[in-house]
Amino acid sequence: MAVRDVALLRQLPPVFLPLLLKEIIVYDWRFPAEREELDHQLSYLDALPPGDRQRLLAGFAGLRISPELQSHDWVNQPARFEEDLAAHLWATHQIDAFRAASMEYLRKIDAARPRESLAARRLGIVVVGQGVTETRYPLFRKMRKQGTYFTNVQRDHGVRSLLDVVAARARAHPIPYAHWYIDGGTAETGGEGITAVSYGALAPVRAALLERMQHAIQSGIGGPEALRTMLAELRPEDLGMSGAPADAVLNRFQISVLTEGSGTQIFSTTFVQWTARELWRRAQPLTLFARYAPRQRQRPMNELIADHGDDRQLPDPEGSLVDADMGAYYTWLNQQRLPDAEQSSFLVWFEGHPEALAISPALPRGTESASAIDLKALLDQIA
Amino acid sequence: MISRDRREFLRKITGAGAATALFGMAPLRAVASPRARKVLVVTFGGGARDEETFMPDGQENIPHLLTELIPRSTFFTQVSNHGILGHYVATASLATGVYETFNNFAAVPPDHPTVFEYFRRDLKRPATDTWVVAPSNGFNRIGESEQRSYGRGAGVVLPKRLLEAALSSGGAMEYQHLLRDNYETPLYAPEISGNEVELPQLADLLKLSVSDFTGHARNLASPDELSVYVTKELMRQLAPSLLWITLHDMDVAHAGCYSLYIDGIRRTDRLCAEIWKAVESNPEYAGKTTMFILPDFGRDSDLESGGNGFQHHRTGDALSRTTWMLVLGPSARENVVVDRPVQSLDLVPTLGSLLGFDARFAQGRPLAEVT
Repeated sequence: MAVRDVALLRQLPPVFLPLLLKEIIVYDWRFPAEREELDHQLSYLDALPPGDRQRLLAGFAGLRISPELQSHDWVNQPARFEEDLAAHLWATHQIDAFRAASMEYLRKIDAARPRESLAARRLGIVVVGQGVTETRYPLFRKMRKQGTYFTNVQRDHGVRSLLDVVAARARAHPIPYAHWYIDGGTAETGGEGITAVSYGALAPVRAALLERMQHAIQSGIGGPEALRTMLAELRPEDLGMSGAPADAVLNRFQISVLTEGSGTQIFSTTFVQWTARELWRRAQPLTLFARYAPRQRQRPMNELIADHGDDRQLPDPEGSLVDADMGAYYTWLNQQRLPDAEQSSFLVWFEGHPEALAISPALPRGTESASAIDLKALLDQIA
Repeated sequence: MISRDRREFLRKITGAGAATALFGMAPLRAVASPRARKVLVVTFGGGARDEETFMPDGQENIPHLLTELIPRSTFFTQVSNHGILGHYVATASLATGVYETFNNFAAVPPDHPTVFEYFRRDLKRPATDTWVVAPSNGFNRIGESEQRSYGRGAGVVLPKRLLEAALSSGGAMEYQHLLRDNYETPLYAPEISGNEVELPQLADLLKLSVSDFTGHARNLASPDELSVYVTKELMRQLAPSLLWITLHDMDVAHAGCYSLYIDGIRRTDRLCAEIWKAVESNPEYAGKTTMFILPDFGRDSDLESGGNGFQHHRTGDALSRTTWMLVLGPSARENVVVDRPVQSLDLVPTLGSLLGFDARFAQGRPLAEVT
């Protein structure tokens, strides 16, 4: 691909080119939606008259970069270049200009992109509160004005009935990487056409990753930037995963969640939230179902001293509910950033309890409903 | 948009008058000579947003600030930070009055003279008269720069590091898990070499045995509580005139757990009130101490697509750069809100005008509302 576009690449500003090349290098491991976006980006840049292209990229071209960055081996070390560029932009007070240039560039690229209608309206489902019997926490507070708050949800076969809806959508619209199930614990059986990712299934990968990080630090890797560069270069087989081409897209994605997401290796709630964010952003699925599970408890300092050597990982259901409530809000926000967001629907349910909130063009906003309704009927209304 | 709404909102919740209306009318409660004055700076770190503090849903997290401290303070509603949003480099910038540009994760001294150096050189103060209590290894060089004409600044106490040393000295057990150095890069702790205080030195200065120190630590839930404990001991034993404490628990937000971030804010709120009570109950400090409380910066907005909301402070958006400051004590008027935009760089020149030194390399301006 880079060879095909080499004439174009030569005309791009020196700050912009390594960042674009970094995306091109990993093209084969990207989701279909990402590949389409990159294809569009390159075609658009190539088709622009030189003067228009120059104007489009003027924000990047105007950034001052150091001689060290100019002579950087960014072809072979694009991740390291990105780290060094970020540090340089912050130190020289150019980060705001870079941010503005990036936003303007993405806005124009997006506006020029032809839109095909989606096979189905997007649906996001989040399940929070596993293991919590009672709470006084004001759930869904940040989203209530956006949708209808249900207080009498019949929850027989709750998670199963939600997964059945996801499976039905996957059967109706059999598109690769279009239907996802994320679980913060151990995943239930999903169904054909659903791509599943779970914190539990990744336990050996997480352990291998943490061991590598500790080893790198103890051997004096040279700072957090070098550590991040090392992480960015990890391959699935380095962490005991399959390196087979058929598994590459999914496994590379899972590794990226664990290496790029802060806290995803340690806290299952962070894992679920970050995975959902990255999936909306990158795979742009039609269906995303995310179920939170209790994360391990953060132990206070006095307890760590008293129980030195005791590595028990007790769960924290109540804290996890608070994390998940915020995570659900972020999942909805990220869903709203996608094309056709105004047609999409979203459901968050407090697992095992009668409370849910649904946001959909089919439902009124800022209202409350005490009518009895089961989860499937609720999804039928909005999906 | 953010500044106008935010400004009006902060005024409403504090119920305070405007400085423009009151300034110049009310007499100062105490007119102390610069030499007798003491200053305490508390950074409400590392990084809190308006959403979780002063906005309606966040107010439940800061009851002590809202009901005990702000009514007695001059409250600046718009404090902006245009520098690098990393905790060490940003705190160092607060302490020098210049936007420092060094690597946030390197244990290096600030490039410009610190407030502690100005204070000691201009006022001829001994080393025991100014201290920094800081959360992690990375802060160990914050006490003094390498400027040739300065270079004698504050002793730096790193309570977590001292605790690890104290616990490890009792046996073969390693307590490195306690020394989670910072939350921005939780697995990385820079090597340290600087003016940080070692355990025997601190024990000697504070007349505190190692077993007393560890005994207290065993009853404390967080590193910030340990920092406040050390701060109160410093006040009791040495009564320094310029004391700087950097709180940091809330930066656990980098782990992505909202509940832990909120817990950190609530603890910091409680600890700020505890520090002020310690000021008021200590004869060396009561009535002559001005306390500044300010975040080093905020965190990313939920609406900023390049970030992940509360978790980080990487985008440089307006929310992550805009915070607040409250000033308590005889140099500030009570129950006053200052709406005009100020910069975090204004802190050092303001301390200079209060204490009587010339922060000649600092780039901010003294705040006229604090005299």
